[in-house]
Amino acid sequence: MSIELSNIRKSFKDNVVLEDLSLEVATGETLVLFGPSGAGKTVLLRLIAGVVDPDEGSIRLGGQDMAGVEPEDRGIGMAFQNFALFPHMDAHANIASPLEARRSSAQEIDGRVEDVSQLLKIDHVLHHKPKELSNGQKQRTALGRALVAQPSILLLDDPLRNVDAKLRFEMRLELPRLLSSQNATVIYVTQDYKEAMALCDRIAVMSDRGIAQIGTPEEIYLTPKTIAIARLFGDPSINLLDVTPEAGEEGPYVRLSGAKVPIRNGYGQAIGKDCVLGVRPESIRFVDAAAAGAVPVTIEAETPLNEKTVTLAVTARNREILISRPATTPGPDSNDAHIVLEPDGVLLFDRETGARVETEPATAAGEAA
Amino acid sequence: MEHTSTLEKALRGVAITCVILFFMFPIFWIVLMSFQTNETILRVPPSIIFDPTIQNYVALITGRLETSAGSLEINFMSNLWNSLFLSSASVAVGLILGVPAAYAFGRLKFRGSEDIAFTLLSFRFAPPLLVLLPLTIYFQQIGLADTYFGLIWVYQLIVLPLILWIVRGYFEDIPADIENAYRVAGHSWFSTFRKVALPLAMPGIAAAGLLAFIFAWNNFIFALVLASADKQPVTVGALAFVTASGIQYGQVAAGVVLSILPTLALALYAQRYLVEGLSLGAVKG
Repeated sequence: MSIELSNIRKSFKDNVVLEDLSLEVATGETLVLFGPSGAGKTVLLRLIAGVVDPDEGSIRLGGQDMAGVEPEDRGIGMAFQNFALFPHMDAHANIASPLEARRSSAQEIDGRVEDVSQLLKIDHVLHHKPKELSNGQKQRTALGRALVAQPSILLLDDPLRNVDAKLRFEMRLELPRLLSSQNATVIYVTQDYKEAMALCDRIAVMSDRGIAQIGTPEEIYLTPKTIAIARLFGDPSINLLDVTPEAGEEGPYVRLSGAKVPIRNGYGQAIGKDCVLGVRPESIRFVDAAAAGAVPVTIEAETPLNEKTVTLAVTARNREILISRPATTPGPDSNDAHIVLEPDGVLLFDRETGARVETEPATAAGEAA
Repeated sequence: MEHTSTLEKALRGVAITCVILFFMFPIFWIVLMSFQTNETILRVPPSIIFDPTIQNYVALITGRLETSAGSLEINFMSNLWNSLFLSSASVAVGLILGVPAAYAFGRLKFRGSEDIAFTLLSFRFAPPLLVLLPLTIYFQQIGLADTYFGLIWVYQLIVLPLILWIVRGYFEDIPADIENAYRVAGHSWFSTFRKVALPLAMPGIAAAGLLAFIFAWNNFIFALVLASADKQPVTVGALAFVTASGIQYGQVAAGVVLSILPTLALALYAQRYLVEGLSLGAVKG
């Protein structure tokens, strides 16, 4: 079932949470709602579930307007962030509750609950009350309750937030398989960018009462619309340096530690403007001093992180730069090293508005190819 | 509190004993009195050594009071029955009306809900006598004076605000998402109220019911003014022990003991639910 939201506005008393928000999710698509806490992600899910009503705008599920349709008639499966298990019922009854509402036979209920709990590996604790379950088991019970009736729309509100790191990692691997086996349209809320990138077809980044950017994980990672979005994705996070592009003979360049670092020709329009240069740590390489565009830096610290090594370096003007390289590759010999920025990895943002400077069309078309 | 020395334990024991003695002594004394005749009760100095007699209880149960001035009819047992009926029925009506209302006040914020809830509470502020005077006249005019129906209705002034305000707090304490989850799972709001909200607020409902029962049981002034002899509860009926030949202390004491019993039994029974309520801490997940 598709989900269409148009021009949604929602406020609580004087606090406007969502303003003029529109969003479409195609049937069978998995969309991640991503954003800092307080961005309105949970409110958006509640609006779709019918638990709260929008002040303005319309919600259409499978093409049908949901105005005035009660939550129980929307056929949605939802997992709440705080689990919201029924404390007076055991795990079996919790999971079975959507089936009971659909007046399934006792035999069918037992069968379905059994299947789902085996899938989620909680079949051995079905007779436990919620307070006797571990956080991971509670989370799986809540997930089981959302999945059991095979709803065509699944709303998952940060289901991995309250579970420990190990389980979160396991579930992050399991969930995509689980979700794709459901054939449902999924909206998944999370604050963890790795979870976001691992799970979904598209990410909607929420901020400032609306959706700041929507696109595939690659699009959002490689071409974030604003500095704020660029900061949200990536670990270690993106390097941001104040620069003013200048015109050179071979195209525009910026100065770092006195060295001229060429940037893509498409950035010609940014020449002379106050900008912020953004470059991901993995788009920086160590090079010899003689290499073209080499920037001299002093290395401050190196942190090995299993699959990669992160180096903290400072430029001549004491600006910090993080450089990430695969763990197996050798690092620089001495503390005085040189780096080069991969031109494709360099992003420019307007320093005043924070918006990314688009490369000019002619070149952009070439890059897209 | 982990390391309590023996001395501390002993001191605490002594302190608790003192408190219990202080509060329980009058009741203990009344129980003793109920097994004595007026003569042994009134002797100076008083003593806890006496020949126990059950004549007070016999008098109450048979309804014949033998005094030095002759025998006297008392209908204590029917008073007790009236108390039981009036209190139970009032609490039942109060729960049927009050619990859904408490849910509405707790969950649905509608225009004026706060004002209405407060108005209901304010019934408890008014001195009963002030209410009673006009009420008696109205009740006489519409034929409700001296009826069980009328009394139960008036008892709602005591019972309803109490139930409403206690139970409302319990409903508000249930995380809304638990109810939302039940709705989203496909259940109607009424089924959500019945299957989720009611069971989770049950300890609160039990506590409110118990308190309301005690308040209704102990009410004196409404019944004194509005009920005639055959509908009087024990609180009013006890006046009969003040006879022409003096106050029948023995019977009064036996009456007190008998009238404590139902509330005590109810409290012991409801205690289970109250304790269960405190241990139901997993609501928040």
